[in-house]
Amino acid sequence: MNSIRFHPSRSSAAFWSACGIAAVFLLIGLAAAHHMETAGHWVTGMTNRVVWGMPHVFAVFLIVSASGALNVASLASVFGRSDYKPLSRLSGLLAIGLLVGGLSVLVLDLGRPDRLIVAMTHYNFRSIFAWNIFLYTGFLGIVAVYLWMMFEPRMNRFVGGVGGVAFVWRLILTTGTGSIFGFLVARDTFYSALLAPLFIAMSLAFGTAMTLLLGELVLRLKGETMSEDLVRKLARLLGYFVLSVAFFVMVSHLTNLYAASRQNVSLFLLLSGGLYTFLFWIGQIVLGTLVPAVLLLGRRLNSSGPILLSAGLVVMGGLVQLYVLIIGGQAFPMSIVSGFSESSALFDGVVASYRSSLPEWGLGIGGFALAVLIFLVGTRVLPFLPAQSPSQ
Amino acid sequence: MRNCRKRAGDILHASALFVLLGLGVIPSPHADVVTPQVPAARGEQCVEPVEIMRRDHFEFITHQRDLTVHQGIRTPRYSLAGCINCHATKTAAGEYLPVNAQGEFCETCHTYAAVKIDCFSCHATVPTSKISQSP
Amino acid sequence: MSRPDSHSAAPPRRAFFTQAGAGVALLALAPGVRLVELALARSDDEPVTSANRWGLLIDTDKCQSGCTECVSACNEEHGIVGHGRPETDAQWIRKVDLKDDQTGHELSIPVLCQHCEEPPCVDVCPTGASFRRDDGIVLVDKHICIGCRYCMMACPFQARSFIHEDLSGQLTHAPRGKGVVESCTLCVHRIDKGEQPACVEACHKEGHHALVFGDLKDSDSELATLNSTVATRELRPELALKTSVRYTSF
Repeated sequence: MNSIRFHPSRSSAAFWSACGIAAVFLLIGLAAAHHMETAGHWVTGMTNRVVWGMPHVFAVFLIVSASGALNVASLASVFGRSDYKPLSRLSGLLAIGLLVGGLSVLVLDLGRPDRLIVAMTHYNFRSIFAWNIFLYTGFLGIVAVYLWMMFEPRMNRFVGGVGGVAFVWRLILTTGTGSIFGFLVARDTFYSALLAPLFIAMSLAFGTAMTLLLGELVLRLKGETMSEDLVRKLARLLGYFVLSVAFFVMVSHLTNLYAASRQNVSLFLLLSGGLYTFLFWIGQIVLGTLVPAVLLLGRRLNSSGPILLSAGLVVMGGLVQLYVLIIGGQAFPMSIVSGFSESSALFDGVVASYRSSLPEWGLGIGGFALAVLIFLVGTRVLPFLPAQSPSQ
Repeated sequence: MRNCRKRAGDILHASALFVLLGLGVIPSPHADVVTPQVPAARGEQCVEPVEIMRRDHFEFITHQRDLTVHQGIRTPRYSLAGCINCHATKTAAGEYLPVNAQGEFCETCHTYAAVKIDCFSCHATVPTSKISQSP
Repeated sequence: MSRPDSHSAAPPRRAFFTQAGAGVALLALAPGVRLVELALARSDDEPVTSANRWGLLIDTDKCQSGCTECVSACNEEHGIVGHGRPETDAQWIRKVDLKDDQTGHELSIPVLCQHCEEPPCVDVCPTGASFRRDDGIVLVDKHICIGCRYCMMACPFQARSFIHEDLSGQLTHAPRGKGVVESCTLCVHRIDKGEQPACVEACHKEGHHALVFGDLKDSDSELATLNSTVATRELRPELALKTSVRYTSF
């Protein structure tokens, strides 16, 4: 353990340019949020039928990958895989950055973000949302303590214990995030016990992909690279995680297709959903699952190029998957009277139209930028980055 | 030694008075502090004395709103609509002016105190109810 | 709040004719309005209790396809105006045209907040702004709603609307504003005065009489009597929501 040395990022032109770019996107995001709050949500593509849009796609992605990003640290502290130890500190910081980024998108999209203090003081504990507020803030606190255990040599012996708490907390948090949708009894497109394990699988895939991408970015800004051994190991893990996500998606669709009352949902997404069908097959399955799986698990990997490309595809595929899940799930018409076709002035019985708007993209990307900024600046302030060992 | 201490005490005392005067805690006889020009309300008097209302009106409003929304208690004494019935002023033509418009009742004090009011993004700013009583 | 006047100071004969005349007028006013219900209207300073449970019965045979009087009445009652953006404009009650997939039979029903006994919107609200009043009416406490729209995702009837823009000219009895979610209140401001919801009144006035309002817990009320004698159903019965609004004739 003492043989691993850690350094902060170096203050270089490249480093500050990266921070600057992130800051610009963050400002754009804040401007977008301000516009949405002052004008009202009519300036977005979100409607009374599709109430959650692009901001939520980004927010859920960031929150889910935050949970998964901590997995690398868990592998080291909880599962005894000391070869992942060089990345543990970085993994904790990334988890914090991603979660804060995701939460800020959610808060800024609220109809009344000025009432955040109300949300922090009034709780309805039948709501999974209320539980999630504690799970998310608790996660930030636990990871902060976890990092402290890693940084302070006198506390190193507690890393395993706190790591275990963080690991269990992560599983509960991700279950809670999936259950936001999984507990919606009204909607056939969401109500399912499968969403909890699906989200856990997604967190592992997206979190590992983000660790590869952002870990490599911050080390390259310092003029170094991630150790090849670690990259290869993470690549293999990513391949398995991506396949596990596909497993849950497949089981969920097969189960739907088996029931006459639910087959419409899956037939819509898989066949007749227009944009959603296209995104599902091309974005989520081919580009987001099959191509990365082949690249990551196929032959023996020699260079990091295909690995990073796969990680990028997994991130893109994840965003697409959440778009299909969250927005497609709302666009599909909810049947109020079964056995009847419905039509009304409020677009009953038809697939709701949703066109994402610039403010939504601005806000979502702004959240991403905040996560990256927190991560980069954090590595400058404290020694998070593993030093290159001479043999590399 | 004693004189130094007394001198220090005098300076401290004077500066404290100066600060407190500046903060307006001790009323100064020649204060030219601007006070808000609040338009007079209709009717005899408010439901509570003015000093109590100035300090605590929001307590009445927020307590009443919970009783009304959750328990259906609609006593007019502390109802927001009741306030507006008396405190909305009329133009010469007989039209009501919104209580949160420039120079009107709620706005004058709230701008003076720099406290943002949340009520009127939702609540009517003039009496609109068919049964509202204008004294 | 109006109470029956006591005419004790007037001469007995005049009082008798006045009261008799009032009684006849009330009986002629609208079927389903009973003198007893008016007399028992709760006073302003008493909290609501679960002794009442307000409900609606909608007769789909009497509901005319193409008629939207209930919608217009609701909009007028609450100051709901369109902004030319039907996808984001608020709608508390809407007419849904139905066609049986198997038989082709067509009908039209009004769909509004069903005021469930087990409301999914109340379960999911993080702050507790979405709540069920003791007398069964499901409401949004707009003072603590943060505008997250989770209740809109959860509602099985798509009954809730989010206000997407600044509003002005609100009515005193219907405060509503940007950034907050709202839905049919069963005209709680009217019920608390002993009156009927605006949609029910409008349907009567139009001559269709498709909507009946009353107290589900009062076994003597027209609503409860109808519910126990004709076949009625909830929407989406498999969800076991125990709605206050029921439908008949389909």
